[in-house]
Amino acid sequence: MTETPIISIKGLYKIFGKDPTSALPLVTSGMGKSELLEDHGHVLGLRDINIDMAPAKITVIMGLSGSGKSTLIRHLNRLIDPTAGEVIVSGEDVLRYDEARLRRLRQETMSMVFQKFALLPHRTVLQNAGLSRRVRGEDQETADREGAKWLDRVGLGGNHAQYPHQLSGGMQQRVGIARALASDSPIMLMDEAFSALDPLIRTDMQDLLLELQNELKKTIVFITHDLDEALKLADHLVILKDGAIVQQGEPQHILLNPSDPYIEDFVSDINRARVLRVRSVMQPFHVNGHAFAGTVDSNATLESLIEISGGDTSHCYKVADDGRDVGILEMKDLVRALVPSRPGNDDGPAPHA
Amino acid sequence: MAFYDGLFDTLGLRDWCDGAGDGGPMTMAELLAKSSGRTAEEAAADPTPLLQTPFPSLDALNDACPAVTRTRDMTDGVENAFLAIKDPLKVVLDPITQPLSWALNGSLEMFQAIPWFVLIPLLGLLVWVASRSAGLVAFVIGSFLFLGFIDHYVYAVQTLSIIFVCTLICVALGVPVGIAMSRSDTMQRATIPVLDMLQTLPTFVYLIPLIFLFSVTEPKLYGIAIILYAIVPVIRLTDLGIRLVDKDVIEAADAFGMSDRQKLWGVQVPLALPNIMAGVNQTIMMSLAMVVIASLVSAPGLGVLVLRGIRNLELGVGLVSGFGIVLLAVLLDRVTKAALSRINVSQKA
Repeated sequence: MTETPIISIKGLYKIFGKDPTSALPLVTSGMGKSELLEDHGHVLGLRDINIDMAPAKITVIMGLSGSGKSTLIRHLNRLIDPTAGEVIVSGEDVLRYDEARLRRLRQETMSMVFQKFALLPHRTVLQNAGLSRRVRGEDQETADREGAKWLDRVGLGGNHAQYPHQLSGGMQQRVGIARALASDSPIMLMDEAFSALDPLIRTDMQDLLLELQNELKKTIVFITHDLDEALKLADHLVILKDGAIVQQGEPQHILLNPSDPYIEDFVSDINRARVLRVRSVMQPFHVNGHAFAGTVDSNATLESLIEISGGDTSHCYKVADDGRDVGILEMKDLVRALVPSRPGNDDGPAPHA
Repeated sequence: MAFYDGLFDTLGLRDWCDGAGDGGPMTMAELLAKSSGRTAEEAAADPTPLLQTPFPSLDALNDACPAVTRTRDMTDGVENAFLAIKDPLKVVLDPITQPLSWALNGSLEMFQAIPWFVLIPLLGLLVWVASRSAGLVAFVIGSFLFLGFIDHYVYAVQTLSIIFVCTLICVALGVPVGIAMSRSDTMQRATIPVLDMLQTLPTFVYLIPLIFLFSVTEPKLYGIAIILYAIVPVIRLTDLGIRLVDKDVIEAADAFGMSDRQKLWGVQVPLALPNIMAGVNQTIMMSLAMVVIASLVSAPGLGVLVLRGIRNLELGVGLVSGFGIVLLAVLLDRVTKAALSRINVSQKA
């Protein structure tokens, strides 16, 4: 990552229990989660987390329940305080903030979307959407104007006067997103924001988020337990297990080069054709007298290419990015990339991304 | 010869005992023993059988050793101690509680000064604002017209006025205490035993010191008795209500940088309102129950009639005024519950 990260987490540890500071040396010297719980009655929340999050990108933190992902995201706006480590946002250590400065961070720099929506049930949809403005002390008119603007943007133009309980789950989460967007903060934290929604609505919401992101270029930290969702949204993917990072990087790269049996297990059930993109499996462009069957975009999914080729594996395509020729894709490579790499079977295509 | 003589002799306390003089006025037991004609020597002649060993109480020990105080003297001591701190206590409590007397008197005068043909429609309007139920308005107006028809209107209005003032004060004091309890576990642990005591202590027990502390003719006497008894539910339910507010919503409030005050008045109290209102409902019911007992210490209202019924065995008077109280209870309950359900509907999560 060449850009300066907007959020940088360094050496973050979190231990839950009566006396976390005394348990910290045990953890740094390598004691495991179950051992710590049995022998010392402390729960290991997070262990040595280091993540750099680039501005205007979506960083997805993925893990199963209990992996510490929700704990991790709450460290960014200090809903939870760490046992050790640093959280640096735009160059400032958040952990040094006092009460008032921290409130300003939460009001102006970071907004949050919750799994269970967490809307104020006694306020109308419009009042909920304008919440952040009102908390900041801006006048009613501004709050309502901003709230209404973002409600319209997420497709809830006609529901301003309703109460949250009158809306469906998907609509409530749209209000949650409008509420976060209305604060105009550069960073958005999304804690399993779509996990409580049913699959079709979830896909809708993912598309909505990507569409908004294209336009708004916010720094988004997204928590999920769903790998499909993670791969769809992530610019940078972090996989957590038992409070520690197992692997992080570009999602295509993780998919093609799982570093760990745990991740191999994870990615083995994925519809790879839909997730992998041409640029990840192509070979560098070289002129070798191939007869190209056509030209494809480097960001096209393998699935779309299979469709174009009609399933014929003998073809070879020229890969273009913004009109430049960047690579060659043999259909054979494509087909091979569809099979998850197993230990001892490591002859998949060299990743290019 | 008393049973525990030997005990004091062996402990070598005989001199101390006998040095204390005669041990005060004669008790009833001594009087009876005397009148039965037995002398002390005769009594000593046949020692107490072991099976009839008396409990080593203050009185039994006093028989053997006059230096030990008797139970009667002990209660006298408590009384004197209370009387001794009464005056300084009064200097502090009197000015603090005086506004309560003014409020109760003022409210009684106000309620009685408003003519019935104004007050009854006014109550109807109030019920309409609170409940938006035409049936309930009709019920309230009908009840008051009926009470007026059987000449119980003034009494009912007096009772209503006392409840009105006491409930307002209970809410004004109870809600802040409940909020403080919900914010601090220490405060909660310290307050709950007091609340338990207020709820279990029989009313008469704390009426006795109150009567000594204030004069029976002062309205604040019954005001305090009612408030002490009725304030408990509103405190408990405020605490509970705020503690039960959805943790996710509180977290969201934190995540958007709300200050503690914004969180309290913008989120916690509004969301706890159904529980707080349930507490107010209970408080009203309990003050109504207490109004009858408070009539023992000069609280006016329907309770006076109930008391007259008991005192003079006027069955009819007692039953009719009792019915009046039930009627008041039902309508107060209905009105507050209707108001409560309106709140509930508007913020069902």
